[in-house]
Amino acid sequence: MIRVILPGHLRTLARVPAEVQLHVEGQVTQRSVLDALEAQYPMLRGTIRDHVTHERRPFLRFFACEEDYSLEPPDTPLPDAIASGKEPLLIIGAIAGG
Amino acid sequence: MSGVRVLVGTRKGAFVLTSDGKREKWDVSGPHFAGWEMYHLKGSPADPNRLYASQCSGWFGQIIQRSDDGGKTWTQPGTPPGERTTPEAMPKGESNKFVYDTSAPSGKSLTTHQWYDGTQHPWEFKRVWHLEPSPTDPDTVYAGVEDAALFRSKDGGKSWHELSGLRGHGTGPRWQPGAGGLCLHTIILDPKDPSRIYIAISAAGAFRTDDGGKTWRPINQGLRSQFIPDPTAEVGHCVHHVAMHPSRPNVLFMQKHWDVMRSDNAGDLWQEVSGNLPTDFGFVIDVHAHEPETIYVVPIKSDGEHFPLDGKLRVYRSRSGGNEWEALTKGLPQNDCYVNVLRDAMAVDSLDKCGVYFGTTGGQVYASANAGDSWTPIVQHLPAVLSVEVQTLP
Repeated sequence: MIRVILPGHLRTLARVPAEVQLHVEGQVTQRSVLDALEAQYPMLRGTIRDHVTHERRPFLRFFACEEDYSLEPPDTPLPDAIASGKEPLLIIGAIAGG
Repeated sequence: MSGVRVLVGTRKGAFVLTSDGKREKWDVSGPHFAGWEMYHLKGSPADPNRLYASQCSGWFGQIIQRSDDGGKTWTQPGTPPGERTTPEAMPKGESNKFVYDTSAPSGKSLTTHQWYDGTQHPWEFKRVWHLEPSPTDPDTVYAGVEDAALFRSKDGGKSWHELSGLRGHGTGPRWQPGAGGLCLHTIILDPKDPSRIYIAISAAGAFRTDDGGKTWRPINQGLRSQFIPDPTAEVGHCVHHVAMHPSRPNVLFMQKHWDVMRSDNAGDLWQEVSGNLPTDFGFVIDVHAHEPETIYVVPIKSDGEHFPLDGKLRVYRSRSGGNEWEALTKGLPQNDCYVNVLRDAMAVDSLDKCGVYFGTTGGQVYASANAGDSWTPIVQHLPAVLSVEVQTLP
């Protein structure tokens, strides 16, 4: 199972705890993980990626194994530790006050 | 006994305030959607338990929420939690999806509008400012969005489709954003003529359709705006809010950037009715539920100083449809008050006597159970109030 950690507001929106677990078919990439996430929690559609372009929303970043994958192409394979479930994929909102 | 439900949208969540017909003791529920910007909530006139809410965030975009039990519980229409919704396991939830209609059969090409510096800028969806449920069908609701466009859902908020004739109006490239953005903030559905809708945009002006949204015409004749190159231009006026009494759908009242205006012919021509107001800048305007010539505004000092004149929070009431105004101060702070009252943050109930409500950027929601003669705060320490709507319950 793939582990994903969501930012606080998306946990309340999807009514899930901090970490969700997903079954991902085929190669584990940003795109395949986000497709599985949105399929399991359709209320998250449009909140992480734009509805139409499927581009990452600008105030969000993706981290895997302490590396920033936000600017990697969406079909780049994620590290083995993510694919095996040893480490979670982190979806993190930009830090801002208020 | 009848009662009222006040729906309050704030910068950090939504609140539902309820009371019986006396309007003396209030129950406060919330925050709903804590931490999110709640631009607007409104109930269906056809089903008081059906509420719609606009929830948004700079991080996560636009969400539409719906309640079918008067605000006790909420769901995103069409997206039940955890449901895998199609055989292909693709989500079918479209409730957050606002996409400008550029299709050949029904849409308009996505051109540009004027940017702050006068250059042209592409249309970009940002958020829903105002939700206007149909007076007759709980599943039909209109959404006014930024960048300015009008959307409609006929399935209870599950899917949204643009009425593109408005954005595609030939004047679009001359529309420009106000300080808050190029927002469509006012939607008035004519209760006697389903094909007639009024809308207003900052800073484009007011528009009307007489064919259910297919075609639109600017209705800005008579407006004078000294802050634009041509003060009497067809479009480009910063209309802050428009109000109508349901018994007289041809009579409109407008709080413009500066100037309070009225029209007696469905917006074809406007005349200024600022009269003896101490300043005619402001955002809100509303009409008494039982007296169509009684209107309310909250004067704000100026476009550069968005707070009450002299630190005194005063509602002004005209019983003559404008020009002659009286200050209503009883119960409102009369010194050191520097809050603002934003454009969608005033509403009335239809009890006898008419209740009037408004919210401030300081987090107070004031109520008057006697048509404005005196005021009391229902709550005093909410986040900045963005919108106030009222439902009169049977």
